[in-house]
Amino acid sequence: MTLTGLLRRPLGLISALYLLVLVIVTTGAPWVAPSDPEAQDLGNALAGPSAEHWLGTDRLGRDVLSRLLHGGQITLVSVVEAALVFTLLGVTLGLAAGYLGGWADRLIARLGDLLLALPGIIVLLMVLSVFPGNDLATMIALGVISCPTLLRVVRGQTMALRQELYVKAARLSGLTGGRIMWRHILPRLAGPIIVQVSLFAATAVLVQAALSFLGLSTPETEGPSWGNMVGSAAEVISRDSWLMVPTGGILVITVLALGLLGDAVRDLTVGRALPAVVRPRRRPTPVATTAEPDRTALLSVRDLTIAFGDTTVVRDVTFDVGPGEAFGIVGESGCGKTVTARSLLGLLADGGYVKSGSAVFDGRELAGMSEKDFRTIRGSRIGLVAQEPMSGLDPSFRVGSQLVEVIRRHDPMTRRAARARAVELLTMVHLPEPAQVARRYPHELSGGMAQRVVIALALAGNPDLLIADEPTTALDVTVQVEILGLLRELRSELGMAVILVTHDWGALADLCDRAMVMYAGEVVEQATVDELYRTPRHPYTRGLLAANPHVAPVGDGLPVIPGSVPPPALWPAGCHFQPRCDLATAECGTGPIPLVIPGPERESRCIHIEELVAP
Amino acid sequence: MVREAVRWLVSSLVLLFVVSALTFVLVSLAPGDAAKSILAGQTSTYTQEQYENMRVLLGIDQPLHEQYWTWLTNLAHGSLGQDLFSGQEVTEVLAGRIGPSLSIILGTVLVSAVLGVGLGILSAWRGGWLGRVVDAVSLVGFAVPNFWLALVLVELLAVRLTMFPAGGYTDLATDPGAWLAAIALPVITLSAGAVAFVAKQTRDSMADVLSREFVTMLHARGLSTRSILVKHALRNASIPVVTMLGLLLVSLLSGTVLVESVFSIPGLGQEAVNATGSHNLPLIAGVAFYFTIVVIIANLLVDLSYRLLNPKVRGS
Repeated sequence: MTLTGLLRRPLGLISALYLLVLVIVTTGAPWVAPSDPEAQDLGNALAGPSAEHWLGTDRLGRDVLSRLLHGGQITLVSVVEAALVFTLLGVTLGLAAGYLGGWADRLIARLGDLLLALPGIIVLLMVLSVFPGNDLATMIALGVISCPTLLRVVRGQTMALRQELYVKAARLSGLTGGRIMWRHILPRLAGPIIVQVSLFAATAVLVQAALSFLGLSTPETEGPSWGNMVGSAAEVISRDSWLMVPTGGILVITVLALGLLGDAVRDLTVGRALPAVVRPRRRPTPVATTAEPDRTALLSVRDLTIAFGDTTVVRDVTFDVGPGEAFGIVGESGCGKTVTARSLLGLLADGGYVKSGSAVFDGRELAGMSEKDFRTIRGSRIGLVAQEPMSGLDPSFRVGSQLVEVIRRHDPMTRRAARARAVELLTMVHLPEPAQVARRYPHELSGGMAQRVVIALALAGNPDLLIADEPTTALDVTVQVEILGLLRELRSELGMAVILVTHDWGALADLCDRAMVMYAGEVVEQATVDELYRTPRHPYTRGLLAANPHVAPVGDGLPVIPGSVPPPALWPAGCHFQPRCDLATAECGTGPIPLVIPGPERESRCIHIEELVAP
Repeated sequence: MVREAVRWLVSSLVLLFVVSALTFVLVSLAPGDAAKSILAGQTSTYTQEQYENMRVLLGIDQPLHEQYWTWLTNLAHGSLGQDLFSGQEVTEVLAGRIGPSLSIILGTVLVSAVLGVGLGILSAWRGGWLGRVVDAVSLVGFAVPNFWLALVLVELLAVRLTMFPAGGYTDLATDPGAWLAAIALPVITLSAGAVAFVAKQTRDSMADVLSREFVTMLHARGLSTRSILVKHALRNASIPVVTMLGLLLVSLLSGTVLVESVFSIPGLGQEAVNATGSHNLPLIAGVAFYFTIVVIIANLLVDLSYRLLNPKVRGS
């Protein structure tokens, strides 16, 4: 939280400046105000704004601007009083609770709960009956009953900071708790404290005004206050409604400024960007490709190019998946495998879209397809199984009810029939006691069970193509083998095509007939799995295979490919792999590398293919 | 389950005890007492003896702890003591006052829940400008003092356009139409800020849920947008929203004091302001008691809805 940071947030800056000016002109009201706030001029009562009276005059002809400036003093003093009590109590108790923990924490937490549960207005009214018209007492009470909100924030942050290394080090070096809290923890809490205090100050302005409006504190006889000015403006509202504007306006603007200042500080210190939402949107119609799709394939992808905003993340991907075929997409993380797969379901995160190319599925063009049309494909024609089984399930609904909803969505039937079908599906994915599993909530399942449920959900609409996006990565090794076995079995039983996205060569060999290798958004090689294993025709494939624990000779260290996958913005010109490639020559960086056909039914994006062939 | 019920009961009793004890201590500290207020209302001069007699008559000559003990024993018998001025049972005095306050509070919770959640869902889904509008409106809704808004609404909608009565209250049972008209402006006043608050909380909470993987998977299974938003996402986003509604209900106790005053509605809030002015201790304690009950019920409802909404809490 720096001043320059605040400068970059115009609303926060304007608010801070306004508050500063307000403090100056109200404290300096006796000198700044154009006239005596009590000076009456009955001949000029209820006059609108004029050069002489900028904000007009009230029912006794008194200058409204002067009265607002003088009235602001009470507001200012009240807010400072209340905020001091609020900050002192909230910070002290919060630090103590968070730092000491144990019984102190429990005691303070209970106290906070109790204060929050008190009906605030009753406490204030009672305090006012003890100290009639006493603003100080009221504001102290307000600070006390409101402090739990700050207390909770400070407590939570302190507990987190207590675990940080530098605080532990300070403790070990023998500093006292008080000193650690004051010197090492408190400065880090400045941001959240300012946020809470400015929001509370806004509340205090409103409470003070309300009590004054009700005549419970600072009645008009004691001089102007923002609250009682609203009250007297209301008395003449039918004759002259203008007075409501400056009196209400100053309250609104002041509270708004405090709120905006709090928001700005929060944005600076905490950051509050809303998370990206996967949201179907109107997509730009992609540029069609000239390449002809294969009409015999179930899915025929041609020159598919995907971008997020201006950044291309997948470029010119071409492949076919035949009916009932199992096709693999291999590569490291960040190569565009998942983006390619999800684009086939129209499920790219915000800002993602198919820029050009085509993907024909069973005669229908998926690229640029409308959200409405995608809904006729998702689940019923193409199913999806993703990496994290737990986060693939809605935690709030039972397994059975989630299945029933999907089943009935694709195949209208009675609830009873759908329930029977759900148990059937759970049996199909080899869950023991399927009827009992159907009654469970996701958190009552193990990872392997949850992935079986996710598969059952994907099968509920009888899809022709199942996209399995790293379906085993998050699971234990033994469970991985079972899930792969299940996918293989379902594929042969249901005659369903599968696209397996993976970085695991074992899984690939287990399930797929053909595969393509992706690197940094491009297809670098495509062949049968058998050929990829035995005769890789791209240095990246060769490197990946060498780094594969299933294949590498036992005993030696795993050879790894040096470096890492570059993000889309840093793709090198020419071959994307060339900076990490031991075969790279100057020629590799000059321009786009074309796909070559090193053998029947296979492709490679390498110009040094001969060197790979020769051992 | 039993353990939690016991815990709830204990913390509720503690709260009632603290609030009532606080009431007694604070009111006894107040300068002047009810005897003075009553005598001053009857004659301009009264003797010290008259004053002492009045104190004995009212029972406020007793030490504070004994007054409090009497109040607690009465409470055990279902009585909140007697109004010091009229001698009426406090429960009877307040009986007619609960309806108006509760109508306003529950009306506001209902309006802000329905509109706020609806707007919140819409802005989470549509994002962009609608989200910014919700942000701006919620900030302004927070900044506009409700008593000021009430005054403006009375002037515009009641006095000038005569769409609503400018004040007063009709019982629901007497005339539902008049009841609705009477609480309309107070509810609109209090909802102005509340709707925006609920909408903002709903929006933030929904945006968080919508960015989660299971929502993408629901799309991938071909479910309709309506089901994903209203059934799945809302259910998972609802706990912070329900918490917010609970806090709103409690804060409306304060709000109702103000709007009852502006709309001259004979509710608990107005009674509290009057009783505070006249040191009518049993009446103040009575209002505080009812307010505390509202807080306790609000907390209970929030806790129960957690159990209903989150299967993990339910299971444990």
